[in-house]
Amino acid sequence: MSTKTDRRTLLKLAGAGVAAASLSLPSKLFAQDKGELTIAYNVNLPSWDPTTGPSAVNPTIQGLYQSVFDQFILQKPDLSFAPGLLTEWGWSDDKKQIHMTVRDGVTWHDGSPFTAEDIAWSLERAGKAETGNPIQLVWAKIGNIKAEGNRVTADVLEFEPTIFKWMSFLTGYVLPKAYYEKVGAEGFEKAPIGTGPYMVEKFEQNAFLRLKANPNWWGGKPAFENVTIKFVTDAASRVAEIESGSSQVTLEIPYEEYDRLIAKDGMAGSCETVSDIGMIFFNDIDVMLDANVRHAAVMSVDKKLLVDRLPRGYGLPIDTLETPEYAAFDPSIKVEYNPEKAKELLAASGYSTDKPVKFTIQTTKGFKPKDYEMIQAIVGMWRKVGIEATIEVYEIAKHYELRAADKLAPAAFYNWGDAVGDPTTSTGFAMYGPSPHSVWDTKDVIDAINPLWGEADEAKRIAGWKAVSKLVADNAYVLPLLQYAQPIVHAKGVNVVQHKSGALLPALMTPA
Amino acid sequence: MILQRTLTRLLTMIATLFGVAVVVFVVIRIAPGDPIAMMLPPGASQADIDRLRALYGLDKSLIEQFVIWLSGVVHGDFGTSISLRQNVLGLVLGRLPATLELSIFALLIALAIGLPLAVLGARERGTAVEAGIDVANGVALSIPDFLWGLVLILLFGVLMPVFEISGRVSPQLDLPFTTNFYLFESIVRLRFDLTANLLGHMFMPALALALPLAAIIAQLLKQSLKELLTLDYMVLARVKGFSETQVILREGLKNAALPTLTLVGVQFTFLIGGTVIVERLFSYEGLGNMAIDAVVNRDLPLIQGIVLVFALLFVVINLAVDMAYALLNPRLRHG
Repeated sequence: MSTKTDRRTLLKLAGAGVAAASLSLPSKLFAQDKGELTIAYNVNLPSWDPTTGPSAVNPTIQGLYQSVFDQFILQKPDLSFAPGLLTEWGWSDDKKQIHMTVRDGVTWHDGSPFTAEDIAWSLERAGKAETGNPIQLVWAKIGNIKAEGNRVTADVLEFEPTIFKWMSFLTGYVLPKAYYEKVGAEGFEKAPIGTGPYMVEKFEQNAFLRLKANPNWWGGKPAFENVTIKFVTDAASRVAEIESGSSQVTLEIPYEEYDRLIAKDGMAGSCETVSDIGMIFFNDIDVMLDANVRHAAVMSVDKKLLVDRLPRGYGLPIDTLETPEYAAFDPSIKVEYNPEKAKELLAASGYSTDKPVKFTIQTTKGFKPKDYEMIQAIVGMWRKVGIEATIEVYEIAKHYELRAADKLAPAAFYNWGDAVGDPTTSTGFAMYGPSPHSVWDTKDVIDAINPLWGEADEAKRIAGWKAVSKLVADNAYVLPLLQYAQPIVHAKGVNVVQHKSGALLPALMTPA
Repeated sequence: MILQRTLTRLLTMIATLFGVAVVVFVVIRIAPGDPIAMMLPPGASQADIDRLRALYGLDKSLIEQFVIWLSGVVHGDFGTSISLRQNVLGLVLGRLPATLELSIFALLIALAIGLPLAVLGARERGTAVEAGIDVANGVALSIPDFLWGLVLILLFGVLMPVFEISGRVSPQLDLPFTTNFYLFESIVRLRFDLTANLLGHMFMPALALALPLAAIIAQLLKQSLKELLTLDYMVLARVKGFSETQVILREGLKNAALPTLTLVGVQFTFLIGGTVIVERLFSYEGLGNMAIDAVVNRDLPLIQGIVLVFALLFVVINLAVDMAYALLNPRLRHG
């Protein structure tokens, strides 16, 4: 038995629909005031201590830390260094001591005065193993740190030419001695204070961060009074955030979406190269011990085509692990793209397209934009010259594990950031065999790098690193691919200054 | 009878949780990705690696690690998160209310959609209306919840921006809450402005989770109702003069509800599992969102804590469903 749907039933159904629709609440209840900025950020902030734990070495989080805390030394958007909390710094003539002058008139967010004691305590704390600072080995190279007036001095226990660069880099933050000692680590997590351009107003982990402009910031009060940072880790949701007008700025979205969004009315963007590169590690095992195979693998990759096709032209092909902004960049080092020569080299080792050399290449999928697609394209290019590579997808955590154990496949894709642009933190750690971050262990590279760790003459040090880059390129010990560009989309009402380090800094944003 | 059944279920529950604890502990330690390798400092030596390993208790044998962890859990100490450096139990309990509220809201939406559709389908059996409901059910079921999430974001977040795309509540609001059950507390405190804001954030993720479940409820209940409608007592009800809708609601629904209840219980646990991806998509600050971060960071203590709490939720829900079934079913109630 059945009955027909009558008008009353339909009306009831329509009523139910209207009731459901009425749940559609005034989502834009909080219209953006002038002086109010909302950013859809791509990572969560796990911890408020910028000097300890895994988050301290996560480059993407540094923009958040730098909004609240100041680093010892300021790094400008072009990666150059400038006076910050330290107005002057340097070495003694014999390089056995360092000295620093501390800025006057700075206050912490709670209004208490910032002093040289804070600098000395922050440096001391960073060098203690028990604090869990991941860069503790670097900070422990200075000791006997003393504060007197507005001057801080420290003895050099082991010469570290990049110690001042680290003061603008990972874990190089100044924390409040008196406040931290009073509230402890747990209290600091709940109510962090710094000397930075913004003060923490409200923080919900995995949800949002509300910042309020610090009117007493030594660099001048930031243009936006209130900044809300929403942690939107899904790229599609970030696109929706900016497209719906819920956020005015976002970053790290697919390049296709970047092009689409900036073409829309009321939207703008910038997509400049940052201090992050894509590369393929070669491990000195199996067929990679054959120089002809390595050279062929390097010279058969058309990097320009890769950049043009995959990140849609956003990015820069590179031939060494140094980008143009880095201190040891040498534009004269070039690696040619020559598939014909690659075939000849492989033929000399007994390989051809009919009898290809075979190895595995590992890659992440989705960890970096177009990572897997890039490796697929490279494998296609290799196939044409006589290299048959099998792609193995792994998670980034597995990459770290294998790299530390020196068990990466003969070829493995990775990205390498170096926000201070020093060769020790790019070519140095990536190519120095004994480092847990390197898998190429040949003696020639180790011997070339060894004297550079403690080289006191800066010009000689940089020249030495350029020579290492040349040695690495000449022997095809690694395959550098491209320097990444970071897509940032924003409403036209906001001016955004892109920082080469990749840190998205609200303090650099102003109303248009 | 019920007491004995409940006791048996409680013992089974403890055994299940122990099994989950063993499996999770072993699996996440043999899975690829060493948490120590992810935090190695530049220039670290083997001694530094060993020091870090000892710091996080990873230098001991698997059995030793398990015994230490399990004795801690028994005493309410789930350890300390590697990435968040906070007490795991505190973190998990802090997030659980958000996930529970989302899941329960999703369940209510699923029931609100599924029940009327089932009744309508049964009433209009054999007509185009029933066919239309079947098609809608098929569509709702064949699209996974995260994809519904994307569709909803596009529809109600971008094209017709009426709902919030991300978060649990607007950051600009001052929240007077003392617990993390924001929605519940906003209603109790009669702060309906906050209730509206919370629902505005929760609606899309809840609907994404609810649609597949609503389809299951509609399909199963409709089928049960259709079978019942041919029985003699239903015919008798019609003879008594009850309309078709009255027959279904008064006589059919309570008898058809039992199999649906069991299924809803089971499906509700799947729905909670689905919050992992959906919470991530909507940047909703629940347990699922935290679970993804924990996995990405290889935060072993946090993963263990979250999985154990999820497992506890599953067994508690199943227990509740079993008890409800026993109470509602006269044959079980009277032994």
